[in-house]
Amino acid sequence: MAAAATVYNPAGFDFSNQIRNNFLADRGLPLPKATSTGTTIVGCLFKDGIILGADTRATEGDIVADKNCEKIHYITESIRCCGAGTAADTEFTTAMISSNMELHGLSTGRKPRVVTAMTMLKQYLFRYQGHVGAALVLGGVDATGPHLFTIHPHGSTDKLPYVTMGSGSLAAMAVFEAQWKPNMTREAALDLVNAAISAGIFNDLGSGSNVDACVITATKTDMLRNFVKPNERVTKERTYGFRRGTTAFTKEEIRSLVVQEEIIGVRDDAMDIDGS
Amino acid sequence: MDHFPTNWGRPRNDAFDAYGTYPIHQRPNNVKDTFAEGVQHTQQPIVTGTSVLAIKYKDGIMMAADNLASYGSLARFRDVQRLHAVGNHTVLGASGDMSDFQYIRSLLDDLVIEEFTEQDEHTLGPAEIHEYLSQLMYARRSKLNPLWNSLLVGGYKDGKRFLAYVDLLGTTYSASTIATGYGSYIAQPLLRKAVEGREDTLTELEAQAILEESLLVLFYRDARSLDKYQIAKVTEGGVAISESMALKTSWSFAEGIRGYGAQTQ
Amino acid sequence: MAQTRSFNPYTENGGTILAISGQDFSVIAGDTRQSEGYSIQTRYAPKVFRLTDRAVLAVNGFAADGNMFVKKVKQRLEWYKHAHSKDMPLKAIARLIQTMLYAKRFFPYYVYNILGGIEEDGTGAVYSFDPVGSYEREACRAAGAAQSLVQPFLDNQIYFKNQVAAPGTTHPAHLPLPDVLSIVIDSFTSATERHIEVGDGLEVYIVLAKGRDLQDFEAIRARNVHLTQELTVTEDGERIFVMRLDLKKD
Repeated sequence: MAAAATVYNPAGFDFSNQIRNNFLADRGLPLPKATSTGTTIVGCLFKDGIILGADTRATEGDIVADKNCEKIHYITESIRCCGAGTAADTEFTTAMISSNMELHGLSTGRKPRVVTAMTMLKQYLFRYQGHVGAALVLGGVDATGPHLFTIHPHGSTDKLPYVTMGSGSLAAMAVFEAQWKPNMTREAALDLVNAAISAGIFNDLGSGSNVDACVITATKTDMLRNFVKPNERVTKERTYGFRRGTTAFTKEEIRSLVVQEEIIGVRDDAMDIDGS
Repeated sequence: MDHFPTNWGRPRNDAFDAYGTYPIHQRPNNVKDTFAEGVQHTQQPIVTGTSVLAIKYKDGIMMAADNLASYGSLARFRDVQRLHAVGNHTVLGASGDMSDFQYIRSLLDDLVIEEFTEQDEHTLGPAEIHEYLSQLMYARRSKLNPLWNSLLVGGYKDGKRFLAYVDLLGTTYSASTIATGYGSYIAQPLLRKAVEGREDTLTELEAQAILEESLLVLFYRDARSLDKYQIAKVTEGGVAISESMALKTSWSFAEGIRGYGAQTQ
Repeated sequence: MAQTRSFNPYTENGGTILAISGQDFSVIAGDTRQSEGYSIQTRYAPKVFRLTDRAVLAVNGFAADGNMFVKKVKQRLEWYKHAHSKDMPLKAIARLIQTMLYAKRFFPYYVYNILGGIEEDGTGAVYSFDPVGSYEREACRAAGAAQSLVQPFLDNQIYFKNQVAAPGTTHPAHLPLPDVLSIVIDSFTSATERHIEVGDGLEVYIVLAKGRDLQDFEAIRARNVHLTQELTVTEDGERIFVMRLDLKKD
């Protein structure tokens, strides 16, 4: 492309990096693998507000990168956001929007609303045309009541009473479709979120480990980290300590790291410190 | 001839150099699979059926499927039966290409007739039907000319329940709950939660309720499904396939939804 | 032409297998999850099969090919038995598997095989194969989805790779059965932790040489009575057991 050769930038998007990346991938140097594509995240409306839920497995391909990661991100005190997709994109995007929401609150002197966060997120993601791979479930309670959104990587949004995202979204959605009712109690809604996340954990290989939940009401936000832990590791059959001297070495060199100093006084009374 | 030695071959195994530690100039082109350009049959399913669901319960097995055969995204045939009896102890459910399924049924009809004419006191049970089908499906995939189906075989014979799966690749497995197609993502989690560990206590009514609930959820979420369905059960008494029934849907949740974003009215 | 898809006759069904041989025993194990993509097809699909009283075969890769391959190996072993009135020796089974795999060199069985058992001289043996029949006798081998996680662990714990023996001692050539079983179980619980396709259940086959002292094995068996089942058919020969354990289901 001539774009790189001229000092004048043409209007519109510049895709020269993508052309470069495609060329490199063609030469056998694909982009490095990013963490976490598989996930189950959900949100649901209940009598007093919103409950968000997430599993805690992060993957790199078919390897588990983190057995207990946090996927429910802080936006404001009463707005939280679950992230699925590329881990770096969900973390960075939610942190940036969280920061902008704080500034927005300070400049307007009002508590920012959920739709504000939703609009900021969708405009940011749309700008990157899906290359920022964040699939989000945004929920919170503000002056206008409880709100729950899903935001797809290309910037489209949905506003629904119960939502799911990630590779376990079908398993979790099946549970919601079968059991969700309007105006549930906090206990019933928490049980339902737990059931939906568990459906993802046990039926989708991309999801696993523990259940995180976050209950947001008009007055209070409860972050229930590791709300249920159905997958504790069993104790190992053996202990794997190694005898001192197990590791082979080719050379041994011992150096003294203690600095030897000799202090020579310049004047005889230099050390006279009692000032007499 | 490619004179760039590093292009000659690259291990297929991802375990080799997964982190891209080779310097770029030593990296070979991503050589396409040697066999990819070879002689191939290409095929795709045309008129298709969606999910089939099946579970084990106290008295035998129960299977469910809707009555739709789609033509791409067109709901083309709305009264197709996808559950069929094979002999006296077995029910066969099919998703995937419906013409291939009709062919499979004609083969099974011949097989059952041949077996009947022997009059040797032996009858084909579900295990035999499943073995026949898995050999058939595997043989056709090995000729690269597959029968484009996912099949469920359920049955009850000699006091034993049987439930197993076979697909266009010849892949087989058995479990106490099985679902094909979208059902494997949507219905299977519900079936597993309701059935696993309760295979010997679930009553017929409970089993039917579980399947109907799953079909309902599938109708809400699978765009190629229908609210008309049939349920088959195989017990000591043999095979019974129901008439077509209709799901009772509810869309009241939609009342409160306004727009997709900032809209309030 | 509108969109046409070429048919791919292969798929991967996940899971992992491993085998370790001892002085007078052999242990062959596999998890029981069968998966495709991100879905679990079944939580119990055996990947390890008893061939004779002294030979066990573990198959991993494309499940349909694996099942067909085991079926054909068993058929050849039955023909052998009818022809020769005895079970085929382990090393002969290994060579048979090689020829059967190579026979499909240009449309391979997409499976990794590990054969374990007791040799005619009474020693424990493990043979590992690639999909087209290259094979080798080894002391231990892991294959399948979590091979890259398990094999380095076995290299360290069985072959004592990267471990210097204490001064004046050498590493043992063979480990005792209880140690081997512990290492097998730890391999699978660890692979379950870090590989998404490994889990649900574990089947461990234990083949004991003819006339072997059973004291150590009986102690392990006593702890897992309901989980252990004997599969021996002939008397006064090698003995073969299977132990079934649970793995995490997430």
